Amino acid sequence: MEFKKNVKIKLAIPTASMPDIIFMLLIFFMVATVMRTYSGLKVKLPDADKIQKLDVSKRHITTIWVDKDQNIVMDDITVKDVKDLRNLAYLKRADDPQLVVTLKADRLAKMGLINKVHQELRKGSALNINYAATLGGF
Amino acid sequence: MLLGKKKEKDVEIPSASLADIVFLLLIFFLVTTSIDTEKGLDLVLPPPNDQEVKIPKKNIANLFINASGEAMLDNEIVEVSQISRIIKDKLFENPLLIVSLKTHKDSDYDVYIHVLDQLKKADSKRISLAEPDEE
Repeated sequence: MEFKKNVKIKLAIPTASMPDIIFMLLIFFMVATVMRTYSGLKVKLPDADKIQKLDVSKRHITTIWVDKDQNIVMDDITVKDVKDLRNLAYLKRADDPQLVVTLKADRLAKMGLINKVHQELRKGSALNINYAATLGGF
Repeated sequence: MLLGKKKEKDVEIPSASLADIVFLLLIFFLVTTSIDTEKGLDLVLPPPNDQEVKIPKKNIANLFINASGEAMLDNEIVEVSQISRIIKDKLFENPLLIVSLKTHKDSDYDVYIHVLDQLKKADSKRISLAEPDEE
């Protein structure tokens, strides 16, 4: 045979560009990270089949939690009176026209309250809403 | 001055550890990023002080949800899981159909989402949320 065992090729993965690759990854994750997260309220979301992803980035999302004891929390603010939602929503909407309000309400929340939330959001011109739900038909 | 211009040293920031620092930062951001996007049912509310639009009666399907979670479509009690099929048929007959969804104030949110899900399944784009009757 022509090939001999002692023809040894030095095998090494070039590591010179590794920092560049890591830098790129770093920048990607830095851009993708949104720091603020809110603890919200403990809710059991309803389930639905036709759920879709929100097509806006997390930056434009404001969350309203409504739990089964009729407590309302918007992002990090506890809303004492439903009517306060109007101003809060209005201010958020003024800051960010692309605002989407995600409603995370408990399955046992009453529609009376949810309807009031709807009305307040309308008056606060936050019109794009999204009902958070988990996948799973019934 | 003692510091003469001639005293030029090779000033260099050591870059050997750069990769390690960047690695650390990368791991930090990897851990803090949550890629999972929020999912749910979209709905666009009508703008405030919207004038009432008169809609011919034949283009409206009335859907009521009562406090015990039963649905009534055009004066007939229907199963929630059947709504998508019925609305689909109705939409086929009349593409201009608007579903007017009215909920009792004591009905559960769960039922409302199920009904909304059914309407989405039926590709019903025109949904109107009626304000609940005041007691």
